[in-house]
Amino acid sequence: MLAHGREWLEDLRKAAIDHFQSVGFPDTGQEEWRLTNVAPIAETKFSIARAQSDDEALDLVTEHRLGTDAAAELVFVNGFYSSELSHIDHLPPGTTLGPMRQAIAKVEHLVKREFGRIADCHANPFVALNTASFDDGALLQMNRGGTIDKPIHILFVSTTGAEPTQSFPRVLVIAEKDSDLTFVESFIGGQGVHFTAAVTEIVARNDCRIDYNRIQRNGGEAYAVTALAARLGRSTQFISHAATLGGKLTRNDLTVTLVGEGADATINGLVIVGEDQHCDNHTLLDHAAAHCASHELYKHVLDGKSTCVFKGKILVRQDSQKTDSKQTSKSLLLSDEAQMNSQPALEIYADDVKCTHGSTTGPVDEEMVFYLRSRGMGLEAARHLLTYAFAADITRRIKVEPVRRRLEDFLAAQHGLPRDLRITDLGEHDEKAR
Amino acid sequence: MAFLEIQNLHARVAAPGGRDILKGVNLTMNAGEVHAIMGKNGSGKSTLVQVLAGRETYEVTGGTVTYDGKDLLELSAEERAREGVFLAFQYPVEIPGVSTSYFLKAAVNAVRKHHGQPEIDTISFLKRVKEKMALLKMDQSFMNRAVNEGFSGGEKKRNEIFQMAVCDPRLALMDETDSGLDIDALKVVANGANSLRGPDRAILVVTHYQRLLNYIEPDFVHVMLDGRIVKSGGKTLAMELEERGYDWVEREVAAGV
Repeated sequence: MLAHGREWLEDLRKAAIDHFQSVGFPDTGQEEWRLTNVAPIAETKFSIARAQSDDEALDLVTEHRLGTDAAAELVFVNGFYSSELSHIDHLPPGTTLGPMRQAIAKVEHLVKREFGRIADCHANPFVALNTASFDDGALLQMNRGGTIDKPIHILFVSTTGAEPTQSFPRVLVIAEKDSDLTFVESFIGGQGVHFTAAVTEIVARNDCRIDYNRIQRNGGEAYAVTALAARLGRSTQFISHAATLGGKLTRNDLTVTLVGEGADATINGLVIVGEDQHCDNHTLLDHAAAHCASHELYKHVLDGKSTCVFKGKILVRQDSQKTDSKQTSKSLLLSDEAQMNSQPALEIYADDVKCTHGSTTGPVDEEMVFYLRSRGMGLEAARHLLTYAFAADITRRIKVEPVRRRLEDFLAAQHGLPRDLRITDLGEHDEKAR
Repeated sequence: MAFLEIQNLHARVAAPGGRDILKGVNLTMNAGEVHAIMGKNGSGKSTLVQVLAGRETYEVTGGTVTYDGKDLLELSAEERAREGVFLAFQYPVEIPGVSTSYFLKAAVNAVRKHHGQPEIDTISFLKRVKEKMALLKMDQSFMNRAVNEGFSGGEKKRNEIFQMAVCDPRLALMDETDSGLDIDALKVVANGANSLRGPDRAILVVTHYQRLLNYIEPDFVHVMLDGRIVKSGGKTLAMELEERGYDWVEREVAAGV
């Protein structure tokens, strides 16, 4: 275990271990962790789970796999690659995809060139923890000009162990110049106590189109801390849709650095929590080049005593003139006890930029409720439909149909609604208004 | 008994210390009739139709409303809709994430369920929708778009009358449907409203201007002033108001004519 046998990697690992040992788990005295207390993670003794594919694992995989809707699918159970549950036989030429362990053995040069260069151990102790502890994960590389007609799916499932378990998935995605890539990461957990600290690094060179989708769906005892870092080259377009459904404690850090002129990032998020669940999304749009655009829309639905944090930072560096950035956070409170904390953070050093942000938090809109009731819908039905609609405003923008369908089916089931609600436009009308 | 009988209706904004808005409205409408209520901004005409539709931001403090033999004020907003009351909104709400198609089907089925009928089958629904879309000169793509999202003011109004035509109400309440419409859109919308005229239903049109009434010819015109209907007449009254404004009505009322 952990013996990938490469000196450069062992050096990285050692540096990460040293760093994590010196800083330890963050506490709420630190600004970036003020509203998310990870003490329960630090205080629980987690062990590496077994690689078994039991009934629970098979059920989770069966429910969440994309199957023939994906060009290829890598499946991991408790952090271990399962070749039986995966399919990678029909990849177009120019695409490299495989479990990270194999990649390090077979295409070391690809991994070595970018691994650990985008996600920063020093900015986030959990990145250090992942780097120190990861065993497997995935490498995905698209050659110059490469395209693929179906998404690639990387599915991580965590099963319920006798003891609390942990896993450290590590994913590296490299899109070479002018490539076009759609991929999906799913982090699915069962009902047991488990902790996932995942890191995904995305390098997109010039003129790429990356459509990234993430489904994070966990039971009420799951701890998930993820870091996604993407670096975008010139005129590259990056679209991210990330959904968090449930989970006891979730913290996601998403950092997009726009390093080439004309890069364009759209990052949309959906969080649905209830009971005593907690979800914290920290996003950073780092505008490090001129003429770049970013759009961000995060929506949260909070029920029960759940709590959410959204911290959206937009950093516009001094030479990043003509930056166009818009950030919106909207939250729907379904109970009086739920709490939302939304904080925009704009740090702007260039003078010719357009940056806006907006945030709304409140219960279901009474005007909308009356509109539906005046058409004959009952009060409860109207509230359910409007809650669905609030969330579907994110899902409808997802271009990967099976991902969108899964999320919308989940929402419809949650609100006792049929499946024929869907609309076929992609929020373009709203897009224009932004 | 009249189809709609409003007697001495009082209502105020439902908030502590809320303003009185309706101060004793009396109005009788028979089935088959079209009535228009005109008045200046703030006279209470929009409030009246919203109270009739069951909006809870207003509190009824006195009076009675009998609709088709039932005590309308006892019914919730949704029950009124299921009983055939339809309000075409002055400011229709945008609902991103819900398709117009689903929304309308839910509306039609809510009424059917209330009357013990099975849900409408897809073919009949689509047939009805297509017919009404043609009537309102609407593009088919409307059905797959989110309710009112990104619509212009005029499109929203047209969508209200389209919904009204599909829902086929017995009491149609139109709240300033003409505001923001150009003349062509106005004709289309009026055409949609006129299609609902019939011996067993009634239409109440609230408007600021006489213009709409050239196309939806009312049987009766009422003038509302400070929360009361102060003058009623035939459609010539609307033309007189257009020509002379409202001041003379106010003077008449003040003089106790």
